[in-house]
Amino acid sequence: MTRRDATAPRGASVVVVGGGVTGLSAAWWLARGGVDVLVLEKGVVGWEASGRNGGGCSHHHSPLFAEEQRLWPLMDDLLGYPTEFRPCRVRIALDESQMAYFDVGIGNAARQGFRAERLDSAQVRELVPLVGDTVVGGAFFHFGGHANPHRTVQAYAWALEDLGGRVLQHTPATGFRTSGGRVVGVATPVGEFGCDSLVLAAGPQTAELAALLGIDLPLAFGRAEIIVTEPVPLLRYGGADGNGLYGRQTLRGNLAYGGGPHEWLADAAPGARPAATPLSRNIARRLVELFPRSAHVRVIRSWAGIVENTPDGRPVIERMAAPDNVVLATLSSVGFGLSPASGRAVADLVLTGSCGFADLPPFVLSRFAGLDPCWRQRQGWTAAGDPPEDKAA
Amino acid sequence: MGRHVDPMSIAGEEAQAEERFPIVVVGAGPAGCAAAAEAAAHGVPVLLVDEHPVEPGLIGLDVPYHFGQRADGSVQNRGRMLERVVETNPALAEAFERGVEIRLGTTVWGAFANGPTVGCLPEPLLGLADGGRSWLVGYRRLIVAAGRRDLGLVFPGWEQPGVMGVTALHALVERYGAFAGRRIVMLGSGAEALVAVLAALEAGLEVAAVVEVAPSPLGPPDLVSAVEAARVPLLTSTVIAGTDGAAGGVEAARLQRLDDQGTPRLSAEQTIACDTVCLGVGAVPNVEIFDLLGCRLAYRPELGGHVPVTDEVLCTSLPEVHAAGDCTGVTPGKSLDPGVAAAEGRLAGGQAAASLGATPRAAPALPARDRASHVGAGASLEAWIRAVQATAREDLVICQCEEVTRADLIGVRPPRYLGAASPGFARRGLDTLLAGGPLNQDQVKRLTRAGMGACQGRRCREQVAALLTLAADTAAPDVPPLPTYRPPLRPLPLAVLQDDREPEAMRERWHPWFGIASQWTPPWELDQGEQASRGD
Repeated sequence: MTRRDATAPRGASVVVVGGGVTGLSAAWWLARGGVDVLVLEKGVVGWEASGRNGGGCSHHHSPLFAEEQRLWPLMDDLLGYPTEFRPCRVRIALDESQMAYFDVGIGNAARQGFRAERLDSAQVRELVPLVGDTVVGGAFFHFGGHANPHRTVQAYAWALEDLGGRVLQHTPATGFRTSGGRVVGVATPVGEFGCDSLVLAAGPQTAELAALLGIDLPLAFGRAEIIVTEPVPLLRYGGADGNGLYGRQTLRGNLAYGGGPHEWLADAAPGARPAATPLSRNIARRLVELFPRSAHVRVIRSWAGIVENTPDGRPVIERMAAPDNVVLATLSSVGFGLSPASGRAVADLVLTGSCGFADLPPFVLSRFAGLDPCWRQRQGWTAAGDPPEDKAA
Repeated sequence: MGRHVDPMSIAGEEAQAEERFPIVVVGAGPAGCAAAAEAAAHGVPVLLVDEHPVEPGLIGLDVPYHFGQRADGSVQNRGRMLERVVETNPALAEAFERGVEIRLGTTVWGAFANGPTVGCLPEPLLGLADGGRSWLVGYRRLIVAAGRRDLGLVFPGWEQPGVMGVTALHALVERYGAFAGRRIVMLGSGAEALVAVLAALEAGLEVAAVVEVAPSPLGPPDLVSAVEAARVPLLTSTVIAGTDGAAGGVEAARLQRLDDQGTPRLSAEQTIACDTVCLGVGAVPNVEIFDLLGCRLAYRPELGGHVPVTDEVLCTSLPEVHAAGDCTGVTPGKSLDPGVAAAEGRLAGGQAAASLGATPRAAPALPARDRASHVGAGASLEAWIRAVQATAREDLVICQCEEVTRADLIGVRPPRYLGAASPGFARRGLDTLLAGGPLNQDQVKRLTRAGMGACQGRRCREQVAALLTLAADTAAPDVPPLPTYRPPLRPLPLAVLQDDREPEAMRERWHPWFGIASQWTPPWELDQGEQASRGD
C-alpha cells in the first residue's frame, strides 16, 4: 500500500472514503480514466464485509446486472491480479418452494437476455455429486459466478496503485471541510487531505460520515455468518448453493456457506472483531441437507461480518445536490458481486453527474424523504436491548 | 405500542443451552482437575471437560498436537483409549470423588458471549462436541485449563511422517500408550524437551540425541545432568539439516554443526538413524478460548508466546473467566512438577467458586513464577529458524496444509496450485504490504493461505509469525501479530456441528439473506412513487 508521507498530507482530485469493494472499485475506475484518486481506509482494505461475504456475482435483480455480467469475466485481465472468478451457478432445490424461488431468477435473467434453465434432480446429481436423494431439481445459470473476496479486494487496491492511484490504510476520515457549498478537504488523524470531489463508500460508517455533511442516510446494521469446511474434491461448478444457503466451493476446495437469521445491532461497532455465534450449527445443518455426501466433511473455521441495510434494502448510489461534489454509495449489504459495475457507476457520477451505462433512479436518497424517524422500530430492525421507541427524532 | 420484531432476525430464535453449570472447567490436566475438585469442594456444581482421548481422524490431521503420523493403531480402540486416559490421570478420580461431572473425549469448540457485535445470547455459552454430536452448555464461570500445544519448526523433510511435536510425544507415550516409534532424535534442549526425553527413556524408548542450536543446553542444570547421565548425546551448536526417509517416514536425521557465529560448518555433517524427530524447541500456551471471548492477551516469549493477562488470583480481563496451568504460561517448573499447575488450578477454582458466593476455603498461594534461566520459545525459535535457513538449500514448505512455501509467504503470493501467476506479483511482496501499515498476519494469511488449512494453523502459525517478523526486518514487535481464532476450535464434521434439535420456528423463517423482499425487486417491478418500506 502507499507509504504514508512524512510531510503534509497530499490530497487528490477525488478522495474516496472507504477501502471496501465499492470504494476501491470506484477509485480503480477513476484511476483507469487518468484521474488522480486517493482512497482513505480506516483499517486494512477489504477487512469488513467486503472480505467476509459469499463471493457471489449473479445479481439478476439489479440495474447493474448487465454490466456486472459483462465485466466479471474480464476482471483478472483488467486488474492484472487474480480474482479467482469462475462463471455460472448451480442452484439446488430440496423442495418445490425452493424451485419456485429459482424460477424468479430464471425469469429475471431471461428478460435481460441471459440464459438459465431448470434442472431435474438427475441433472443436479450429475453436476453436483455431493447432493443426495432429497434433491428435487434446480437451476443452471449460464451467467453469474463467484470470486474470492480477499483476492478481489486486494486486486482492486493493487491495480489502482499500479495506475497511479493511492490507498492509505489506517487512516480514518474524521470530518470534512466545506467551502462554497463543496467539500474541499477530508480531515484525518494525520491531517487534512484536499479534494475536488468526494466519494463516501464506507459501508456502515457511510451514515455517520454523511451526517457530518447534513445528509441523512438511513441505515441499520446487521451481523451475518459463514462457515468453511476443509477442502473436498472440486466440483465442476463451484458456484453451487441452495436450501436457504448462499456460498460456493472455493478453488482450494473449501465449502464456504452462510445463511439464516441475522442479528440487528445498535451500531456497527467499528474496530470490534465481529464474533460468530452458534448459528454456525444451523448453517451446518442446512449444508448437510444440501450436500448429504459431505456430512463427514469437517468445518475448520467460521466468521461473522457486519453489513448495512437501507430501509428497503436497496442501494443508494447518488451524487448529492448539496454539497454538489459528493457521491454517496452504499450497496445495502449486496455489494461484492456488483462492485465492478457499482464502481463504474460511482466514477461516472463523480466525473459527469450521471451513470452512462445503467439507469440509477431507483438508488436515490430522496425515496426516503418521508421516512418515519422511528423506521427501525416500525420495521423491527432493532437490537436486543434497544428501547421500544426511538426517542431521538 | 407493541414491539415489532423482524421475523427474519435471530430475535426469538436465540441459541439455547441444553444444560448449564455454574462452573465449567476446560481441560482435565493437573490444573483443570485441581480447579474442578476445589470448586466442587466449595459446594458448587462443576462440569469438567477434556478432549482426550482425541478421535483418530484428528490425530491424523495433527490436531490438537503435532502427532506426525506416529500414533499406532490402538488409537482406533476408543474404549481402550478411554481407559488409558483415566488410568494415567489419578487426579480425574479425585475430581470424580468430589462430585465433579466429568466428560472425557469431549471438545470445547466454541465459546460465545454477548459483546459489541453479539447481543442475542441469553447467557454465556460453550459449544461442546463428542464424536457423535454437538451441544451448547451455559456457564456462569469458566476456568480454562487448556494446556499447551506444539511449536512447529520447518526444516527440509519436516513434512515426513515421524516428525512430531513434544506435547504429542508425551500424549502418545504416557497417556495413550500408542507411540509407534522407537528411536527419537529430540530437537531442542529446554525443559519441555528434556522432560520428554526422560519420559521416553522411562518408557523404554531410545533417544539417539538431543540437538540444540545454542552453544549450551537451555534447560535447568539438573535436567541436563539427568539426560547426560542417561548417556544421551547432547549435540549443541548443531542444527537439523534434513531427514532421510522412505514410505514409512523418517529413517534418519541429518545434522549440521554450526560455528560460533551460527554459520554451518559444511564439513561437519552427521547422520543419525531414528524413526522420529521430535520438535521440542518449545510449547505454546493454548489461548484460543481466551481469544474467542475477547480476554486480553499479552505476548510473553519467556512463557511460550501469547498468554492471557491475569491478576494475582488468575482471573482474566473478563471477570467470569479464570485461567490455570500451561495455558497461562509454559515454564520449566510447570513442565517438571504437575504440582505447580495443580496449585494454580486450586487457586482459580477457589476464586471462581467464591465469586459465586461460596464460602472461601483457605486460599492457596499462587506459586511464584519460575523464570530461572528459561529461554522463551520466541527467541529460541528465531535462532532455530536462522540456523535452518542458513543450511537449507531449497525453498521450504511452511504451511503443509495449503502448500505455501517460504518464498510464497515473503512474496505474499497465492499458492501455486491456484495457477494464479500474474506479472503484477513481481511488484508486490511483504515489503510493499508493510509500506501500507503494520504487519497483519490475518491479511497475509488471506492472500497466501498460510494457516487456512485443516490443522487450523497449529503446525505453522508461530513459524509464519516468526518468518514474517524476520523478513519484515523490524525489531521483534512488542506484540507479534496474532491471527485470530474462530470457532470451531477443532475441525468438526458437519454432521456433528449441526444443530440436531433446531426449533421449528427457525426452519419456518430461514432465509439466505435478510429476508427483505424489496431488496430483490427488479427495476421493472418498482413502483415509481413507492414509499420506503420492507415491501413484504
